[in-house]
Amino acid sequence: MKAWHFSENAYPYLPPADQYESIRVSLPNRIYDPEKGAELYDRFLDEWLIAEDEGMEIMLNEHHQTATCVDPAAPLVLAALARLSKKARLLILGNPIANRRQPVRVAEEMAMVDVLSRGRLEAGFVRGVPYEVLPANSNPVRMNEREWEALDLIVKAWTTHDGPFSHEGRFFHYRAVNIWPRCYQLPHPPIWISTTSPAGAARVGAHGFVQATFLTGFDGTRAIYDAYRRGWREAGRGKDVPAHRLAYAAMVYTAPNEADARAGAEKLLWYVTSNKVPPHFANPPGYVPVQANVAMLRGAEHPLSAFRKSASVDGAIEAGIMFAGTPDQVHRQMKKLYDHVGGFGHLLIMGQAGFLEHDETVLGIRTFARELYPRLKEEFPDTAITDSLSLRGA
Amino acid sequence: MQRQVIAIAGVELELFELGEGPPLLFLHNGGGFDPEQPFVRLLSARHRLIAPSHPGFGRSTLPDWIDTCDDIAYIHLALMDRLGLRQADIVGCSIGGWIAAELATKSPERVGRLVLVCPEGVKVGPSDRLDIPDIYAMPEDELERISYHNPAQMRLDPSQFGDEELAIRVRNRETTALLVWEPYMHNPKLCHRLHRVTAPTLFVRGESDGLVSADYVAAYARLLPNARVATIGEAGHSPHLEQPDAFARTVLQFLEAN
Repeated sequence: MKAWHFSENAYPYLPPADQYESIRVSLPNRIYDPEKGAELYDRFLDEWLIAEDEGMEIMLNEHHQTATCVDPAAPLVLAALARLSKKARLLILGNPIANRRQPVRVAEEMAMVDVLSRGRLEAGFVRGVPYEVLPANSNPVRMNEREWEALDLIVKAWTTHDGPFSHEGRFFHYRAVNIWPRCYQLPHPPIWISTTSPAGAARVGAHGFVQATFLTGFDGTRAIYDAYRRGWREAGRGKDVPAHRLAYAAMVYTAPNEADARAGAEKLLWYVTSNKVPPHFANPPGYVPVQANVAMLRGAEHPLSAFRKSASVDGAIEAGIMFAGTPDQVHRQMKKLYDHVGGFGHLLIMGQAGFLEHDETVLGIRTFARELYPRLKEEFPDTAITDSLSLRGA
Repeated sequence: MQRQVIAIAGVELELFELGEGPPLLFLHNGGGFDPEQPFVRLLSARHRLIAPSHPGFGRSTLPDWIDTCDDIAYIHLALMDRLGLRQADIVGCSIGGWIAAELATKSPERVGRLVLVCPEGVKVGPSDRLDIPDIYAMPEDELERISYHNPAQMRLDPSQFGDEELAIRVRNRETTALLVWEPYMHNPKLCHRLHRVTAPTLFVRGESDGLVSADYVAAYARLLPNARVATIGEAGHSPHLEQPDAFARTVLQFLEAN
């Protein structure tokens, strides 16, 4: 089991939520104070480095036009981390390649960070959440097709070493692709893909990439992992799917005593509760399949939006999207999910959000890393084989 | 009403036909074609009304290569070939008007008279202001408010539709986004091609249309050699739905004038 400290670099100093329409896309940036922002960047970088000192790995992501994640150019922060850190793996999850107009530029950025960090890059790719399409002016229709064409092109750019090749695809056109530098790791950095639905997971499994999933809870995660395992096996990769191919992201807060753990967990909930986004940003036409939209017109609600309305620490733990408490409690909660979904090899820890202050964040990191992480590594080794059936039946 | 499916360039194109007389090609808006709408009977009283569902709308398929109104104009030209129509009058509503305008720039001689109802397709205003308000960045009730003269009367109740009908409506919306997303609601080339249109052209605008402004329609009309504008009262962006009688009267009067 590898644990990754993940921070969205949120800017929490906002007016009351009833005074704005949306925390994403349209929130005026006059609210952002660059002085405070600079302090936050310093602080979040420090926290990543503390997590590294404690033996954890580093994860970051990218969003645009939002106070929830002021990291609109994640490769820049990644480059800084490549120089500031010494040993941690560096996971970007990820590059929103359905919205990036120049996939070859993405390949170059990632290759550069891989060299800068002497081969510590884990290169993640995402389709991008629905509210990203307006900032990118990116068509919400056919995003999956764009994402996969971009990914194939990036891998080819990474693995071609004998001069230029051309690409004349459906969405991207290049006549002479020949990136410098090439990657430090051979044949290329590990590839991660995130999803929140089973639809794409089989394809990710067929490629053998690492499948990450965010806050999908017990049954949602199991469905995604099952689809991944099916895709893996059908592609002839063998019956056994290693645990290190699967990752789960949750809000995690560990403290030596229950009172502190509860207080930290309450603050972490900001990650979910602050996400005020109106439907026209949250569900652009074509982002979800037609049938999902028909279900919504009939009154169905996305599980996370339903959760946001009545968010509580207990509810989040119950849903399997948060692990919070003393090391023993967190261990119990995590094991329950681990067994239910058939195992995974990476715990992506949303370990800072909103008004969780530096000292509190560090307490969470240190308690987890010192009191719980060694146990997890021993109990859930990287060499574990995931299998929903055997684990569930055990 | 006859319904058939014709294969054109990889598209299974759904086609409705009603009435007899001179051919009238009707190109629907982003909401799709509904043969039950009252204006359909009115327009087909003295015309052979030919109404295809654009690729990706209704029950027409959408091949991977289609992603612009320009592409669809070629499909409908091929449809005219297939039906043996050397020339037809064309009425297009909203993006259907945009498609009709594209078609008329490609083969001007195939269009007898042209009616563009609240059409998009050109960019006439400054670069720092959208010509058409961003329909993907406003709440649904706001969109209804600027789309209709009487939103309450036009509001759809999902519970009145079966799953298939609802799926068609959702898909129509999805295909519209595919076509208009970028450049937003226009083809930058179109305004430089409209000089080729030879058909006498009538622009029809609903007086309360909050999407396509009077200035926009006036500037659009000036790009065509022989065009004028008619306005329909107590109607928004879909005058054919909100004021079918006034709409049909205006259109037929123009088509039948000599």
